[in-house]
Amino acid sequence: MITDIKENKMTLNTIIFQTPVLTSNTLIEIKNLSVFYGKSCAIKNVSFNIKEKVITALIGPSGCGKSTLLRCLNRMNDLIENVRITGTISIGGQDIYAKEVDVIELRKKVGMVFQKSNPFPKSIYDNVAYGLRIRGVNNKSTLNEVVEESLRAAALWDEVKDRLHANAMGLSGGQQQRLCIARAIAIKPEIILMDEPASALDPIATARVEELILSLKENYTIVIVTHNMQQAARISDYTAFFYLGELVEYDTTKKIFLNPKEKRTEDYVTGRFG
Amino acid sequence: MKTNMHIAPAPSGHQVKQGGNMFNQNKNLQQSVGLRRGAFSRPIEYVIEKLLFLISLTAIIAIFFIFAFIGKEALPIFFGKTNSALVQEVIKPEDIDKYPAEKIRDYLGLSRSKYKKMPKDTLIMLLEVKAEAHKEIPESFKNDKDARVNTTDWKYLIMPHQWSGYDKPVYIWQPVSNIPKFNFMPLIIGSIKTTLLGILFAVPISVAAAIYVSQLARPSIREIAKPIIELFSGIPSVVIGFFALIVMATFFQEIFKYEIRLNAFVAGVALSLSVIPIVFSISEDALSSVPRSYVEGAYALGSTKWQAAWQVVVPAASSGILAAVVLGFGRAIGETMIVLMVTSASEMTWNIFAGARTITAAIAAEMAEVVFGGPHYRILFLLGALLFGFTFLANIIAQSAIAKFKEKFEGTK
Repeated sequence: MITDIKENKMTLNTIIFQTPVLTSNTLIEIKNLSVFYGKSCAIKNVSFNIKEKVITALIGPSGCGKSTLLRCLNRMNDLIENVRITGTISIGGQDIYAKEVDVIELRKKVGMVFQKSNPFPKSIYDNVAYGLRIRGVNNKSTLNEVVEESLRAAALWDEVKDRLHANAMGLSGGQQQRLCIARAIAIKPEIILMDEPASALDPIATARVEELILSLKENYTIVIVTHNMQQAARISDYTAFFYLGELVEYDTTKKIFLNPKEKRTEDYVTGRFG
Repeated sequence: MKTNMHIAPAPSGHQVKQGGNMFNQNKNLQQSVGLRRGAFSRPIEYVIEKLLFLISLTAIIAIFFIFAFIGKEALPIFFGKTNSALVQEVIKPEDIDKYPAEKIRDYLGLSRSKYKKMPKDTLIMLLEVKAEAHKEIPESFKNDKDARVNTTDWKYLIMPHQWSGYDKPVYIWQPVSNIPKFNFMPLIIGSIKTTLLGILFAVPISVAAAIYVSQLARPSIREIAKPIIELFSGIPSVVIGFFALIVMATFFQEIFKYEIRLNAFVAGVALSLSVIPIVFSISEDALSSVPRSYVEGAYALGSTKWQAAWQVVVPAASSGILAAVVLGFGRAIGETMIVLMVTSASEMTWNIFAGARTITAAIAAEMAEVVFGGPHYRILFLLGALLFGFTFLANIIAQSAIAKFKEKFEGTK
């Protein structure tokens, strides 16, 4: 569906929006979430639900708390000193900040891809197999199978199948990022969090990564933080707009971009500030 | 704008015709755009750069000179010009004219320049002294089967020899004796023994501490532990040696019940005290400089703290840790004061509870007592050159190993 918006000065009119499956279930439930770094408040009382097997984009200007929110979903914020989190996040009905939750198990279910591609300085094969090996999987044929499957899913197999044992640091930036995605899906998570996964890539590599993300939607719930308006519009089904730690608006991507309720959202997506 | 138009390159034919004009244009250009080449456009930077170059050059030259000096003093042994035999052919003072000058010079162990400056009277006096000294050697020594052996010959320096009074060929370092015995092997083994022991104790402890402090400890612990461990490197080695001599030697003797109180084991433990801060500090730096993103990547895949540290961070820092070990090795093998205080007489054995004397301790203890220019003096310089060669070789091997590690674990060259 090609849309035409007269008011928007951006090139949104050429974007084909995703049509989300409206019937899909809620997977992640965020209730009254506030995050403090020391005394400063990064997220203020945010509540919204993320649906299963769709792509949800978190957008907003720098420092609006979108990355913080993303890192709350797999408790990566635990690693930071002085962080205080109130409210609840439940995944599939389980409060992930409850005392009995094992963070290690949680992170197996909620994978993450970072802004800067961070393959380990090991071989391509070892990178993908890492997540399985730390769980004690050492069976060679199983590993081979999973590595191939994950690399194929990440659309990287054909490029690296002849040099699986070469060091991953020798890959190009885009390949490294796809390798990180392969590494994340090798352990079969339910949710994949992506923190600006294409911000350090050139347009061609970005296009490939976006294609890959879209193809992953079938099997995974994806939450993606992005600075790139067009990217959010192109790939996501739902979009949440954050501003200064508050959730301003959350709706289908099409609505957010074409007729947002809030003035601030409209200003941001049309590039009037940000 | 005007100058810009001048910049446009003129067709080459044109250029030749108007050579003088071109020069003027260039001058214009230089003034307007600041395109002045040469060192003097920024004289201060030029001077600073050359100064830094000189300083770094000085370091290289200094190392070269040190080695050249040590090598020069040891050279006569290489050429077989030193003779340490107890009984030597005596040149009588009255025969001074019968022998060629070169022979007399060698006989007296004089350098060329010194020999030239010396008046004949002095030479005759020196010959008299030598002859006198020779007369005073007791008859019993003169009849020793080894009395005419030049013990600075390579054969005696590295191979075992059955000296008179011994029932089998032995390696022995006994430089102060009627028949001085200069076998290097006990010293080399002493050095290797204590150094390896020191490294063996120091490396696991310091690398483990570095992993803990940089990866596993809470930041508050890290802030206290790191400077305290590094403070150790400030302890003078004579203090460590003193402590080892008085406290550790007795303590270990009570535990292990060995016979010789001062031995290679105690020296190894004491050496490790001086090596630990170095290995710790450098490997901690290597581990801490592994990008945080690797650790986060590992956590995001469900690694525990320990898995991330051991399987991701340590391999990524392995070349740095290896470099730390190499530096520790250099410190251990070159350490003098500790081993001098803690070890005893040289023994040709790998037993760690036996006495040991290292190359460095031998040089330090004996250099003050040798006859200047004599065989023992030259031998000590040769030992110095040997030590230099050892560390140099170890460094070269280590550098190539570090490069290999880098390639394998970090994907860079």
